[in-house]
This record gives sequence, C-alpha cells and structure tokens, in this order.
Amino acid sequence: MSDNKIGTPLVEITGLSKWYGDFSALYDINLTVSSGEKVVVCGPSGSGKSTMIRCINQLEEHQVGTIFVDGREVKPGMKNIEEVRRDVGMVFQSFNLFPHLSVVDNLTIGPMRNKGISKAEATEIAMHFLERVHIAEQADKYPPQLSGGQQQRVAIARALCLKPKIMLFDEPTSALDPEMIAGVLDIMIELAEDGMTMICVTHEMGFARKVADRIVFMDEGEIVEVAEPETFFNNPSTDRSKLFLSQLLGH
Amino acid sequence: MNRNTPPPSKLKKRLTVVDFLLYGAVALFIFYAVYRVNDVLVYHWNWSKVLGFLVKFDDESEAWVSNLLLQGLWTTLRLALWATVLATVFGIVMGYWRTCKNLTLRIISRTYVELIRNMPPVVFIFIFYFFVSSQIFPALGIEDIDSEGAFASSAMFHFMFGDPQLFSNFLAGMLCLALFEGAYITEIVRAGIQSTEKGQWEAARAIGLSPFNVLRDIVIPQAVRKILPPLAGQFITLIKDSAIISLISIQELTFVATEVAATTTRVFETWILVGFMYFILCYSFALLFAHLERRAKRSQR
Ligand SMILES: Nc1ncnc2c1ncn2[C@@H]1O[C@H](COP(=O)(O)OP(=O)(O)OP(=O)(O)O)[C@@H](O)[C@H]1O
Ligand SMILES: [Mg+2]
Repeated sequence: MSDNKIGTPLVEITGLSKWYGDFSALYDINLTVSSGEKVVVCGPSGSGKSTMIRCINQLEEHQVGTIFVDGREVKPGMKNIEEVRRDVGMVFQSFNLFPHLSVVDNLTIGPMRNKGISKAEATEIAMHFLERVHIAEQADKYPPQLSGGQQQRVAIARALCLKPKIMLFDEPTSALDPEMIAGVLDIMIELAEDGMTMICVTHEMGFARKVADRIVFMDEGEIVEVAEPETFFNNPSTDRSKLFLSQLLGH
Repeated sequence: MNRNTPPPSKLKKRLTVVDFLLYGAVALFIFYAVYRVNDVLVYHWNWSKVLGFLVKFDDESEAWVSNLLLQGLWTTLRLALWATVLATVFGIVMGYWRTCKNLTLRIISRTYVELIRNMPPVVFIFIFYFFVSSQIFPALGIEDIDSEGAFASSAMFHFMFGDPQLFSNFLAGMLCLALFEGAYITEIVRAGIQSTEKGQWEAARAIGLSPFNVLRDIVIPQAVRKILPPLAGQFITLIKDSAIISLISIQELTFVATEVAATTTRVFETWILVGFMYFILCYSFALLFAHLERRAKRSQR
C-alpha cells in the first residue's frame, strides 16, 4: 500500500456494459480511479479484465455506460480520441513493439507525430526513459533482437514518453520467462513509487500486495469484489474470490 | 587434424540413371518435333525474312532503325510500365478500401474485384474498350488531342507514349490493362494490410497516432515488405497479359506479330521469335526483382 496522496478522479467508469454479438462480456461495471492510485485487476481467464481496461482508451468500444478520463468523456466513434489516448499509456501482454523501427524510433515516433517536436528533442526524451528502464545501451537495436523482458521494458518506456497521466498494464509479465519477470515488475514498482496512476491486470500477487491500493476482482464480466490487498488475500468476502485465490495459490 | 585444416569438401552431386533417362526423353522429344516439322510437314525455315522485321536499314538516314517487331516491343514496354503505375494506384486505393470500416467503400472495392476476377479478360476488355473509346473519350475530348502541338510532337512525348496519333488508342489499352491488373493488386494490397498483426494497430493507436499516421508509419511499412515479392510477380504477369490488348488493335508486340506473320507467311518463325522476345523481357525483370529482393533482405539487418 502506498501512502502517496490520492487526488481527483482520473478515470470514472459508470454502468459500463459491453457485448460481443450476443455474448455479454462486461456488465454494469462501476469503477473510479483517482490520480496517484494503483489498482490491480484480477480474475479468471475470460472474465473481461482486458476488455474493461481496453474500453478506457477505446481499443474496444462499449455500448452502454459512460467513461470519463481526466474529465473528458470517451465514447465510441468520438473525434479526438487520439488526445485521450496520449494521456493513457498502455502496455500489452505481447509487447507489440514496432519491429521495423529501432528501439529508439519506437519511442520517438509518438512524441514526434503527436506533438510535432523535433527528432533531436524526441530522442532526448526517449533516451531519458530508456535509461529509466535500464536499457539505454540497446537503443539502436531492433525489437526482435531483444529478449522478452527487454522488449517489455522498451514498451513501458514507449508509453512513458508521452508523459501519460495514467498507465494501463494488461498482464505485462505473463508472456515472459520466469527469470525476466522480476526486471519488469521492478520497473513497475519504481513507477508506482514515483506516484504514477496505474491500473494493472496481473496475477503477480507479490506485486499486488506491495503496490496496490485496491484489488478489483472480476468474474464473468462483472466486478465481484473491491478490497484492499490485505483484506482481499487474507479474508476474501465472496465464494468466487475464495475459489479463484485457492486455484491461484494451488499451483 | 587441427583448427586450421579446411573443412572436408562436399560430396559431389552425381547424375543418376534417372537424370540421364529424363535428359534422353527430352532430347528425343525435341528431335522428333524437329523431324516432324522438317521432313513430314516439309517446312523450309526462313529466318532472315522475319528477322528483317526486327531492325531494318533505313536508306534515307543511312542507319539501322527498329522495325515493326521492335517497335511493338517498345509499345508493350510502355504499356506495361504505365499500366503498372496506374494499376498500383488503383490497387492501393481499392485495397485500402477493402479493409475500411465504411460499408460503401467496401462494397465499391469488392464489386470491382469480383467483377473483374469473374469475367474472362477478353470479354472485359471488349466491353470496356467499346464503352470507353466510343463514349468516354469523345466526351473528354481526348480524341482530338493535337498531334502537332508542342508537347505532343516533342521527343519526350514520343518516348513516353509513342506515336501521338495513336495516343487515344494507347490510352484505352493502357487503362484497360491497368483496371484489369488493378483488381489483382487490390487483393495483394488487402492481404498486405491485413497481414499486419492486430497488436501493431492497437499499439499504434494506443500511443495516440492519428489514423493516417497509423497507416503511414506502422502498417504500410510493414505491409510493403510483405507485398513486394507478389507485386513483382504481378508486374511480370501484366507484361504477359498485355498481349491480350492486341485484340483491340493496340499496336503492341502481339498485334504487330500477327501482321508480320500474315505478310511474311512465316508463322513458326514469327511466333518463336516473339515468344523469345517476351521470354527475354519477362525473365530479365524476374532476375532484376530477385536481385532487388536479395539486396533488400541483406540490408534488413
Ligand atoms: N473480439 C472478440 N470477439 C468476441 N468475443 C470476445 C472478443 N474479445 C474478447 N471476447 C470474449 O470476451 C470475454 C472477455 O475477454 P477478455 O479478453 O476481456 O478476458 P480476460 O479477463 O482478459 O481474460 P484473460 O485472462 O484470458 O486475458 C471472453 O469470454 C472472450 O472470449
Ligand atoms: Mg486478457
């Protein structure tokens, strides 16, 4: 638990529902994340964790409910969604670095295109963040030449280059070899300590205990339980979260 | 043996009995074909007459100038180059539309591709040609292009489009070919765009790139690398397909070959020569593209 000051609401999700065809993927989601807050989302596979955080930057379009990001409503088909996305950094499970661009170009392309800043200036910003994720010496390599852990750190730096107000992580360590996981988690912990607002979908319970202000437990497209980490892990209040935790710790 | 001894030499590839049998069969077949033509058909080869249609000695300027067949070859090349440029433009626009969310754009591009792919090329070309040359060109006034005008009579124009008096004819043939091949390029482009993983689109959007920048900086550069080889293949196909334009009297290689075969009555010689010319043309491009592809691969770290 961090005792960073928690400020105004940054993401406000109200009555959010989403269907894929007839399949109800999300139902009546309500969640507010304030600036400086760190929220960990967990739940069984297919429970809608990814779908929920992807609605925040409209990689998925919702059908019912409202989402506000830093006071602006985001909705399907809106103009200027790009402006919202620049405030919302996202890190994917499969890294999704641009394979045809060098590491440093992966980082500079966003600031250069979005803010129209010069290549030199963008490179300076990029090198700053590459140093922060301890990978500056790989700047001129291409993504396929890096290990999974290194790629994910580059992906985090790429998102940070836009100076986002909030970071979304969608299972950032589940595609990594075990020995790579710690390096990525360390970066995320450092980010949290610096006061970044974060929503992390992850099953890394050590990370959750250390960093999260709240745990959001989802099942079958609904938020079943919201609790502080200690409460959630030691004394879950629903049968579904008990079952989930026992399965998670079972192996 | 120490570290500096050269590696053991590779086993030599030996020809087996099967190889010899195959070579023998091919040689026998050729021998038989030649025998049939010479002794059974009693065909007297006469190459000089036909070769004279490649180049001739011009008495006026006292120099060797290209004759009908070579001129046809140039026309074919010109047609193919311009048609490729135009077909690529159609292909990129339509191929992009094929992947758009907008239903109207998708219907238009889909109709275009299906119409052309499900009709014999000859039929399409006849329909298109008579529609365009009898309706659209007169309406646009292209028929009355001033062949004596400064631009039309310039060497530049001649080099790029051939004889200005045949310009509207050339344009019709070129458009036909471009529309036709454009449908196939559309499908190549569509496949290229769609082959870019979903995650790439998402990551590009997530960092706030505009739809245009997503395409230009992320999707297209990756797609281009994948589609260049099939695109090169389509270009060679286009050269071969251009023969069909002879049906609407465009004076390209196949059309002039028909004339040469008729006037000289040397049918075998003419078509063997013309076949050889097409082969040289297409094979040179194939070699060139293979070379470029190898170079691109090497420079791609
Ligand atoms: N594009 C789609 N089309 C149809 N159904 C989808 C689509 N994307 C997700 N779903 C369905 O929506 C549900 C929620 O998916 P989501 O990816 O959000 O789950 P998740 O909680 O992130 O699971 P995981 O832990 O496996 O990543 C799943 O049942 C999934 O099959
Ligand atoms: Mg997921």
